[in-house]
Order: sequence, then structure tokens, then C-alpha cells
Amino acid sequence: MKIDSGDFLAIMGENGAGKTTLAKQLNGLLKPSLGKVTVDGDDTTKKSVAQLSRRVGIVFQNPDHLLFSETVKEEVGFALKNFGFEPDVVVKQVERTLEALDLAHYADTSPFLLSGGERKRVALAAVLAWEPDYLVLDEPTIGQDYQQKERLRNFILQLNSQGKAVVMVTHDVEFVAECNPKVVLMSKGRIVAQGQADEILSDDDLIQKASLVKPQMAKLFSQLGEFGLPRDVVDVHRAKMLLEEKLSEVKIRVAQSS
Amino acid sequence: MAGTRAETIAAKGLGFQYAGSPSKALDDINIAIGQGEFLLLTGPSGCGKTTLCRCLNGLIPNFHPGEMSGELLVDGISVAAETTSELSRKVGYVFQNPENQLFALTVEKDVAFGPENLGLTREEIRDRVDWAMGATGTVALKDLAPYELSGGQQQRVALAGVLAMKPSVIVLDEPTSFLDPRTAEEVMGAVDNLRRENGITVIVVEHRLDLVGRYAERIVVMDHGRIVADGKVEDVLDAEFDRLSGLGIGLPKVSLLWSLLKRDGLVSERLPTHVESAVKMLSERLRN
Amino acid sequence: MSLRVLNGFKFSSLRTPVHRLDPRAKFMLVIGIIVPSLLFTNVYLLSGLLLVQVPLLLVGRVARRWVQSLRAGVFLSALIFVVNFFTGPLANAVALTLRFLLLMTAFSFFFMTTSPDDLGLAIDKVGFIRWLSRRWLGYPNALSFTFTTAVRLVPTMAVDAQTVVDAQRSRGLELDKGNLLKRVRNYIPILIPLLLIAIRRSLELAEALEARGFPGKEGRTSLFELRFKLVDYALLGISLAGIVLSFWVFFHYRVPTI
Repeated sequence: MKIDSGDFLAIMGENGAGKTTLAKQLNGLLKPSLGKVTVDGDDTTKKSVAQLSRRVGIVFQNPDHLLFSETVKEEVGFALKNFGFEPDVVVKQVERTLEALDLAHYADTSPFLLSGGERKRVALAAVLAWEPDYLVLDEPTIGQDYQQKERLRNFILQLNSQGKAVVMVTHDVEFVAECNPKVVLMSKGRIVAQGQADEILSDDDLIQKASLVKPQMAKLFSQLGEFGLPRDVVDVHRAKMLLEEKLSEVKIRVAQSS
Repeated sequence: MAGTRAETIAAKGLGFQYAGSPSKALDDINIAIGQGEFLLLTGPSGCGKTTLCRCLNGLIPNFHPGEMSGELLVDGISVAAETTSELSRKVGYVFQNPENQLFALTVEKDVAFGPENLGLTREEIRDRVDWAMGATGTVALKDLAPYELSGGQQQRVALAGVLAMKPSVIVLDEPTSFLDPRTAEEVMGAVDNLRRENGITVIVVEHRLDLVGRYAERIVVMDHGRIVADGKVEDVLDAEFDRLSGLGIGLPKVSLLWSLLKRDGLVSERLPTHVESAVKMLSERLRN
Repeated sequence: MSLRVLNGFKFSSLRTPVHRLDPRAKFMLVIGIIVPSLLFTNVYLLSGLLLVQVPLLLVGRVARRWVQSLRAGVFLSALIFVVNFFTGPLANAVALTLRFLLLMTAFSFFFMTTSPDDLGLAIDKVGFIRWLSRRWLGYPNALSFTFTTAVRLVPTMAVDAQTVVDAQRSRGLELDKGNLLKRVRNYIPILIPLLLIAIRRSLELAEALEARGFPGKEGRTSLFELRFKLVDYALLGISLAGIVLSFWVFFHYRVPTI
């Protein structure tokens, strides 16, 4: 498996499929017992976690596992100090990141006073602040409501368009369907398929193998094949375009015949 | 709906304010829930849905202090006058994080934990434990420790533990947020079976409607401590679609698709709530 | 001495005659072995008491783990031997080393073959503990419940600890870097999240306990109950006899002590 700079990737599979284990290999938290993992050509067994994390930032699923500072500002600056950034750079980067994630007004608040969704955003800021080239998000949508998810989706797409590689570890099929990244499908510790999201998530066999469920649009379109509609539709936007076309045709036909 | 069945839950002008909080978490809640209903309770984070559930089994005001007003009856008994321990016989509560609701060192002992507290006879406990494990498909796990189980198995065991109390109502507070979609469907399927076979009233708190919309017959939407919509899932989705999406509720994707098509004047029917009805409706149209 | 020693005290859930013994009888046996080993320094007696446990370890299928924990404890035994060798006669050094091994074996035998659940039930049976629980915490089985819940949470907390360490290392925290003071301070970002997670968890547990009717009434029934079998009575009798005999010999014959 290979992740290029600027890639947008979702690692998917049932709980316990090995997704998080794979993610932890990317910054050397876990070292391979067989085979080899390289980051920008460097073998992960030969570099420290701190060195690798500088390039590969992992945002853990539960913010409670990492928040400890008295203020949001300090929390976000923590890693920058560890990586040896100059104090004035730290201040600037923290400000910029808080701004980007709509957290600036919480800079001096304790992270523990924030709501679950906000804490999750602070955890994301704490990693984004040092601008890693590769961003790994472990279950970014758990505990987020629909609006928060939409905001996250836009943010991820924006980061990706700026040339950052984004890797999401997730089993949220609807979220992946709307983002349409490349998908690496895992089951029982193995990669069972790789491909574009619409291709993978509309494939009954693969979905079955990875213990997922199809997104609603894929379920819908798998039963509309007789009308000449494609099966590999997973997101609402494309579904709407296709149906619009078909339904307009029908409308015209009905109008003509009557 | 509620009129045709015996009422299990009745709230009249129910309000609650947590101690130390500046505003009311619940404000003038009026609701009647019938025996055997499957009710979906939804709304944005902080809308009061968890607070309402906590009232049902007496965690409020017994565990979380604050000021309660109005009236709440469960099986005709006023919640305010009962202890949580006594109410636990009537209302079972399954929490979001399964890790934090399993206490014993094996599954079987955990399921027995509640009935043991009730001081039942050993035979009665045995019967209940066997029944609850059977109904949730956890018999094979009986000698395992909680940490040896997957998230879905843990949540089924938690369900069994609550079921063994033989409650007439089960409240599930975002029970699937830590589960993968297949496992989440299995858990919800198990809950639906319980309702159909045992007539248990089910209240699910969830903001992903695509998961529960299939089973629920009634939806109650809350915002800022008040009930803002209450009715059949199909009716509420159709009438309140824009409002619901404004509240940040994860509406079923088929409903969303339909509302977009409707806006463009391509379809006119009411919004479908699940894939099957959308397939039927679309096929009819396209066949013309 | 590494943490592997602790493995020799961890319960393994097997079904052997030794596991099925009543914890109270088994505990009396451990006392019955410890008392004479503390009263006497006779090398033959100590060796005998050590060897007598070997068949029990074998029947309980924990002999291999016992050997492993002994191996991990070899450094401490060597230390005891060397110190006593230079401060007294050889026989004493041997006796004290044997005594150490014997105590370690007896306790590890008990904990390796007694399920914490059974131990909880056994604690519940002791009138004094029930009385103490009621005085302190308001209901008779509070202490046994506290004990089993603590044991139940150990693996969960271990996972939490690992995740917190992983999350902070991913933010560039290097635990073993710097001078002693710095190293101690390095643990703050680990300890604070762990503490807060533990508090949050205990609140959620308390809520879930309420919802399951805890603590219930005085007449709480237990689905499982410990019952003394013939073999338990026999074990209890033999152990008590051994203890009485040891004291009798000790006071009657004025055995030399170290």
C-alpha cells in the first residue's frame, strides 16, 4: 500500500479489522514485525516517533486521551514546543490554527469546559498546528452531529486541495460516500480492496466481506438498474443529477403522449 | 397512536433545571407514550433529550440534582416520589459507552447483577438471566470478561443486563455511536425484536435517522429543552424537513435526495424515510 | 526484577480442581504454609513446604507461569542470599532465600488460581467485612463490589494508558528525554488525561449502577454462591491443624530463630 503526498484516503473496515493498527504504523508508534513501512523513503524502524510525527500527524479518536493543558492556546502549542519551534513561530502558528478551526474565541478557555464536539476540534487543531504533510484522522466523525460533520468535510477537502495528504480511519460509510476519497478496505488484518469510494462502496461482495453496510444511495441505485441507471452511485449530489435527467425524460415522454 | 394503547409514560408540563445551570434543560414537556411503542427521540446536541431520558428512570432528580417541575408518570407512578433503584424495575437504561456499564468479571454475572440487586429468588434470577441472554444472542459469551468482547457484543450484553430487570420501557441513549454500521444494525434489530415479541416500549435517542428510521413509528424532535415536533416518522420528516436539517439532525439520505428533487418540481409525493419506499416510488415514476 | 513478576499473580481462568477449591479454604492453606515457614528456619522443613506446593501448581496448570515469575524474581533472591551470606552463617542465607521463594510461591499460587469473582464472593461471606462495609459505606457488600469492579477495570485502564501515551508521543512528547526533573515533568501530559478519564468513567459507572438498581436492599441475592465441599473442609482442617501444631512446637521447644 502506498500513500502519495496530496492523497485523500479512507481506511475502512469493521471494528477490530486492523485499521487503527495500520494508522499507528504510519508514525512509528508501532513498528512492523514483518515487512517494511517507509515515510518519504525513511524506514520507520530507524526513526523516532517524534521525528516521524513531524511529518505524519495523527489525530486520535477521543480528545480526552490527549487534552491536559490549562488553556486551549497552550494545548495547541504543546506539540510545537516539543518539536522545537521558535516561541514567536509557536504563537503565530497557534493563532492561525485556532482561527482556521473557528476556535479563536476559546484561546484562553480550559479545554475541559468545552463541549464534546469542540474538544474534538481542539484535538484536531493540536495536530494541524505543526502542519504535518500527512494528516491521519482516527474516526473523525464519531460523536459529531450532522452539521459538525459537514463542517469537518469541507475542512478536510480544503486541506486536501492545499496539497496535504489526508488519511481517515473510519467506518462511517455515509461520510465517506459524501467525500468520495480513495478507499482502502480492510478485513481481519488484511487489505481486501483498494479503489475509489463509489466503486468500493457499491460492491456487494466487498461490503459484505468488510462487515460494512452500503450507503443509502448505493442501496437505492442497486435496485434501479432496470431503468438504465448506473449502480456505482454513493453520494446524494450525483444521485440527484442522474435522477433529474431521467425524471425530466419521463416527464417529457408523458407530456408528449398525452 | 398513544390513544389505542395503555399509556406507559405521561409527562405534563415537565421542566427541569440542573443545579448551577443558568437555564432550563427541559421546559414544559407534554408527552404520552403508549405501551409497545418504538419512539425515536432526536435533536441537536444539548437539546435536552438525554435530560428527558434521565427523568424517566429517576436519575433525575435522584442522581443529578436540580429543580423539577410539572408531572411525570411511569406506569402510573410519579417519578419524583420513587427511588432510582425502584424505577429500574420499570425503565431500563442502556448508555452510549458500553465499556462503562459492565461491572462484573463475566458476561453471565453482569447480566445477573441487576436482578441480584432486586433481591429475587435464585431460581427467578437464573430464569431471567437465561432469558435475557437468549433474547440478545449473548449466551455463547457467558464466560467471557467484558474486555474480551467487541463493542457490539458489549452493547448487547448491556442490553441483556437491562432486560433481565424485566422493565416495561427501555431507553437507549445513542447506543450505537461507537459501533460499526453492520453491528449497529444488528443491535437495533435485536431491540426491535424485543419490542415486537415482548411488547416492551423502546425509546431510542439518536441523531442519525437513517439507522433508526426503519424501526421507529414515532419521532419526537427536541430543541432548547422543548418538544418542537412529535408524530409519525413519515409525517414529521415530510412536514418539517427543512427545520430538521437546520437543527443538524442527520436525515436519511433518501429523504434528502427526495427533498431536492421535490424542490425542482420533479416529484410531488411525501418524502420516503427508508430505501425500500424510495425504490418503490421511483420505480413507479420511471416506469411511466 | 521486571514487571514479569506480576504475571505470576495474575488470575488465569481455567477449570481445574485447584481453581474449584473454595477461596476461603485455599487462603487458609496459604496461611498454613506461611505460618510454619515464618516460625522455623529448618532448611528441610522449608524445602518440604516449597515442594508440597508443586503438585498443586501442576494440577492448577500454572506451574509454567510460576517458573517464569521465579525467574523474574531471581535477582531479588540472589540479593537476599548475598546480603545474608555476608552477615551470618550459610544455613541462614539459604533459609531466608528459601523463605522468600516460598512466600512468593504461596501467594502467586493463590492469586493465579482464584478468580477475583470468587474472591469477591468470599469477601462477602466474611462477617467482619460485611460489618465494616456497612459502617463505612452504608451497605454490606460495598467492599467486595469495590474489589471486583477494580479488577474489572484494570484491563480497560491499561488500554487507556497505552492510548494516552501513544497520543502524546504523536505530539512529539519524548518520555525519556532530559534530566531527572524534566523526565518527571514529562509524565504530566500522561497523568492528567488518565486522571480525568478515570473520573469521567467513574461518574458514568455510578449512573449505570443506579440504573441497574444498585445497591438494592439488604436482602440482595447472589446467583452464584460459594459452597464448602468435602475437600474444602478437609483442606481447612489440615491447614488449621498445621498452624496449631506449628505454634505448639514453636512455644514448646523454643526453636532458635534468626
